[in-house]
Amino acid sequence: MAYKQGNPRYQRQTALKELGDQGQEKLQDAKVLVIGAGGLGSPALQYLAGAGIGTLGIVDHDLVSLSNLHRQTLYSADDTGLSKALRAQEILAALNPEIDIISYNEMLNSSNALNIISGFGIILDGTDNFASRYLINDACVLLNKPLVYGAISRFEGQIAVFNQLTNDTPVPANYRDLFPDPPGEGEILNCEEAGVLGTLPGIIGTMMANEAIKLITGIGKPLINTLMTYNSLNNLMYEMEIQAAEHTRSLIPADQTEFRNTDYEWLCSSRSELEVDRVSFDRLINDKSATFIDVREPDEMPFITEFDHIKIPLGEILENAAVVDTETIVLFCQSGIRSLTAAGALTEKYGNSKKVYSLRGGILNWKNLKRS
Amino acid sequence: MQVKVLIFGQLTDITGLSELLVTDVSTSNELIESLTGKYPELATAKYVVALDKKVISQETQLPDNSTVALLPPFSGG
Repeated sequence: MAYKQGNPRYQRQTALKELGDQGQEKLQDAKVLVIGAGGLGSPALQYLAGAGIGTLGIVDHDLVSLSNLHRQTLYSADDTGLSKALRAQEILAALNPEIDIISYNEMLNSSNALNIISGFGIILDGTDNFASRYLINDACVLLNKPLVYGAISRFEGQIAVFNQLTNDTPVPANYRDLFPDPPGEGEILNCEEAGVLGTLPGIIGTMMANEAIKLITGIGKPLINTLMTYNSLNNLMYEMEIQAAEHTRSLIPADQTEFRNTDYEWLCSSRSELEVDRVSFDRLINDKSATFIDVREPDEMPFITEFDHIKIPLGEILENAAVVDTETIVLFCQSGIRSLTAAGALTEKYGNSKKVYSLRGGILNWKNLKRS
Repeated sequence: MQVKVLIFGQLTDITGLSELLVTDVSTSNELIESLTGKYPELATAKYVVALDKKVISQETQLPDNSTVALLPPFSGG
């Protein structure tokens, strides 16, 4: 779609002399991919759609849950249990029907990342785990894509622009110039464990969209090779310059084949994105399109009569899961630990061909909450 | 010889403070050694070191009255 000058939708920003119709045309021609349509992705997507980014991509395999709503401003209570990527696409299309929006309702991994990312010009990382962050960083280095990085923890946020060539910085820095190797399991808390105030991802996600708009239109001074931190309690901002280090390149897969063979999940031991909460679990039951599997031993109590399911103990899950012909598999056990292990094994086995979820907290917790 | 140390994110759980003053250290390694002596959990924590707003990856001389920031990775989104 060609940009038509004087489009009233963009009048308030084309009125800026730094941007003008010329800047608007650049936004119209831009292709921006937002990975993670959660706390950071929600505001970033809203502002990018509003600004008229011609092609906007959304990657998220997760479902909306009630605990998302205090910060993930795209979604409403009615959306719980629905796909974030697909809902975000509908909501953003309603906000701006003049742009193309592509949704990828799948988990980004080393098999699909290069294909998805190569179709876009600028990548925003708003994911919530280190496996995805290292995966996205490495893919962007291999494909020479500028990466707008944002991350939060409790009351603090980080934002940076990686992998952007300029005349002043012939060797662009990337995330591994800051943190060469992923932390191990449990070394760093995620949002669920550490907690986060809803406004913080709103601020950082909006800054990410702002950096993307600056990169596209060439205005201002984007945070290239610079990490900025923001503390929402005392409003202090602190910037630090990042130098590209010589040894960093050796930590990144040498080529696309090596990248595809890298197991980022294993490197970072993060498996929490396989879990669904009770509301999403109930939504999947009502949906009737998923196969539910009890991975407990055959004699374990309580027996579940509330919904249809089959029984395959954890030890036999890999051999016997072949009987399942649905695209979505939902696993449960007593406390949510065995089902998470099974979900990890099945995800490894099926990759993107199936969606596998584990009930967080287990079936005992689910039954107790049902009763209360 | 005095250095101001800014502590970010969950590293403050270890130090209890977001700002410290350290004296009698002349290089970044000496500073980290001194801090780790005082806060042993820093030894296993992951963080990047910035000297006067520039990330450093090897031992560097600390000018008097310089500011060193310790910043852990964040994963939340």
